[in-house]
Amino acid sequence: MKRSFKTSIALSVFTLISLWLSVTAPAGTTLFSFNAGKELFAIPDFEIPVAGASWIVFLVLLVVTGFSWWLSIQRKKTPLWLTGIFAFALVQQVLVVLFVGQMFPVTTTLQGSLALAVPLIFGALAGVLSERVGVVNIAIEGQLLAGAFASALITSITHSLTLGLIAAAISGALVAGILAIFSIKYVVDQIIVGVVVNVLVIGLTSFFYSTVMARDLIALNQPERFDQINIPLLSQIPIIGPLLFSQTLIVYLMYAAVAVVYIALFKTRWGLRLRAVGEYPKAADTVGIKVYRTRYISVMLGGALAGLGGAFFTLGAVGSFSKEMTSGAGYIALAALIFGRWNPLLATLAALMFGFAQNLQSVLSIIGSDVPSQFLLMLPYALTIVAVAGLVGKVTGPAATGKPYIKS
Amino acid sequence: MKLELRGITKRFGAMTANDNVNLVAEPGQIHCLLGENGAGKSTLMNVLYGLYQADGGDILLDDKVVKFAGPGDAMAAGIGMVHQHFMLIPVFTVAENVILGHEPTKFGGLLDLDAARKQVREISDRFGFEVDPDAIVGDLPVGVQQRVEIIKALMGDAQVLVFDEPTAVLTPQETDELMAIMKQLRSEGKAIVFITHKLREVKEVADKITVIRLGKIVGEASPKSSANELASMMVGRAVDLDVEKSVAKPGKATFKISNLSAWNHAGTKVLDDINLEIHEGEILVIAGVQGNGQTELTEAIIGMHGKTSGSIELDGKELIGKNVKQVLDLGVGFVPEDRTEDGLVAEFTIAENLMLDRSDRKPFAKGISLQLGYLKKFALEKLKQFDIRAQGIDSTASQLSGGNQQKVVLARELSRELRLLVASQPTRGLDVGSIEFVHEQIVATRDSGIPVLIVATELDEATQLGDRIAVMYKGKVIGVVPSSTSRSVLGQMMAGISA
Repeated sequence: MKRSFKTSIALSVFTLISLWLSVTAPAGTTLFSFNAGKELFAIPDFEIPVAGASWIVFLVLLVVTGFSWWLSIQRKKTPLWLTGIFAFALVQQVLVVLFVGQMFPVTTTLQGSLALAVPLIFGALAGVLSERVGVVNIAIEGQLLAGAFASALITSITHSLTLGLIAAAISGALVAGILAIFSIKYVVDQIIVGVVVNVLVIGLTSFFYSTVMARDLIALNQPERFDQINIPLLSQIPIIGPLLFSQTLIVYLMYAAVAVVYIALFKTRWGLRLRAVGEYPKAADTVGIKVYRTRYISVMLGGALAGLGGAFFTLGAVGSFSKEMTSGAGYIALAALIFGRWNPLLATLAALMFGFAQNLQSVLSIIGSDVPSQFLLMLPYALTIVAVAGLVGKVTGPAATGKPYIKS
Repeated sequence: MKLELRGITKRFGAMTANDNVNLVAEPGQIHCLLGENGAGKSTLMNVLYGLYQADGGDILLDDKVVKFAGPGDAMAAGIGMVHQHFMLIPVFTVAENVILGHEPTKFGGLLDLDAARKQVREISDRFGFEVDPDAIVGDLPVGVQQRVEIIKALMGDAQVLVFDEPTAVLTPQETDELMAIMKQLRSEGKAIVFITHKLREVKEVADKITVIRLGKIVGEASPKSSANELASMMVGRAVDLDVEKSVAKPGKATFKISNLSAWNHAGTKVLDDINLEIHEGEILVIAGVQGNGQTELTEAIIGMHGKTSGSIELDGKELIGKNVKQVLDLGVGFVPEDRTEDGLVAEFTIAENLMLDRSDRKPFAKGISLQLGYLKKFALEKLKQFDIRAQGIDSTASQLSGGNQQKVVLARELSRELRLLVASQPTRGLDVGSIEFVHEQIVATRDSGIPVLIVATELDEATQLGDRIAVMYKGKVIGVVPSSTSRSVLGQMMAGISA
């Protein structure tokens, strides 16, 4: 294998940042709190001295970086789990430094992160299904927004959350259908179609919001919201109970969607064919797989998932629709998809990371941190660029993504 | 199983690609379908495989008419195809590739990869392929990939096997192994259709030969016919396959490459310490399997390759560091391997293409205005001199056949004052008549005392055209040998074994 020092260099840069954080670490302690109220037993809060913890993290990072250099010289790759440990330790240091003299509420911060990540995860899954079959899905944003609008409207009218979810899935699938028809049948550039579809959905939903919904907001834009479902016992485990098992139906659907998409994609006949179409459609065609049909079905299924993600905005979180309320979540989902290398599990992790960063920013603004909130908001994306360039290595998507298949 | 094609006709618009074609392949026989590029061989096989629908005629298996709506139907009927461009997914494992389209499953639609591995091993063992079912296809050498393609074709118990130009990407040794596999399949009672334009291979394995020309069957030939007889049938007139050339009279070595290395975008070394010399009045052929650095070598000479080190000298002047225009102005003629992509502007006229490299200077331009009168005179003259068959000098390059396109490129490159000619696969995809013409022009260039560098992937062309042969393997020159060197030695060198 070719010797590559990219990962080691990237780790070294972060280790230097850690050193700087340690040297400039303020005196004082940070309190970590783990309790949300309903746990079986409480984990005691603990106080961490900032400077001491910083130096310990720095030492850990130093060891990992050194090991990475040694591996590079041996022409070996730095394993992903090692990079994971590195990132986790660095995040701890940043938290300790940022929350000096304050309490960092671990469980509630993670809860908020998950809430922000739910639509991202649905969106990323939509992207996985679409791009794995060979259609670039810039239109995740539009699919989310359509789902948010349709679920708010239908649930307000029918007072049925189930119908609202179904409407969200159908509208997401229809938006994906537009993308599919133009990119598969009419062979229009997929990125352009995707952008146009997004603009179209923003325009349509804003128009109907102003002309239809705004006339009677109570009847048309006040949907019921999903109740929290506490899973007995599991929801009382400290940290992960309140975080994972005290959630709304949409979140449980999201867990199922991640698992189902992963298994379907990598363990079933359907998934093998889907991936074959996305890698080399002609090869799929020559063994009798229907390329166009596979593409339509997969892209529209993805759209339906993104629609459910949209429903989370209205039926899960906010409780009403507002113009452009997805505010770019679809694009972040796209970033999570690429960061997660078109793998549903890794994309989910990436979406969680983005959710965490977004939520951290709001928690920090509440406690009144000195760090400008815009800087924190920028951080996950800056990290994505560094990570994609240095840590993840060469990211290659499915070979035929973005390329229309023209039967000769 | 006996395969019969009866009166197959396939049209694309006004063009008839297959005109009332009849073909019978018997079990236990290798049936060669011989024809030039563009004769309609691949179209016929795509009709057989259900990729195209015929406009007329029938496909019969064991004397029963069958209809194929798609490749799935053809596979189910027992037809397997080894495609010229492998229909394999590089990121999938061998097992995944082989089962695609008829996957064994366990409960709940889950893939049964164990069953797939077993099936791969069974076929692999039967033919001594030694293919690992869990290997990623993209990591395998081309020859092994082809075996995967064969295993794939054999799955589902195919009784009729079609090999579409299977040797284009193989080394001579791999070709010999493939011939052995085909013979083994024949002895198992399969009916084999072998599509090719290479006469040597036909003569080695064919039981029966059908020759196709311009979409029509022109007749059957015996495997005992001489190569020249077969070629004449294929082309439709008497041809002489041997390159006519006198013994080279090499002069001074005016072109020298020393310690040339080059890297691609990913930082991988693609040329590794190349040292070559070419004398005036000598043809040096670079032989080797495609993708072993030949393209990069020609690009480096012409100034198109990014990162290079070392030295390339022509008449004592260093070429490295010069841009393409400066290199051409030193008298380098360049025939690129992809004439439609790099050699011509498809939508420009013949006349415009003929002056592409000199459109900025006298006599083609005066100040800012093109001298169209002169251009017309020049183009008409070249049309005649190079026997370019076209409606006129205002036909676009895209309207020409491959052979005539190549003549336009040659006419342009040879009409300059040359000090070196570099031609990359100059006869690729050409009909026999055009090949003869191109060879004549190259030999004439040599005889006028110019050093010539040719990249060839077909050994016959290398040994016939070259005065000396340099074999490349993985970016290195394995050795430089006289063109009288035997095929087997050259074949070993192409596989990386020094002579």
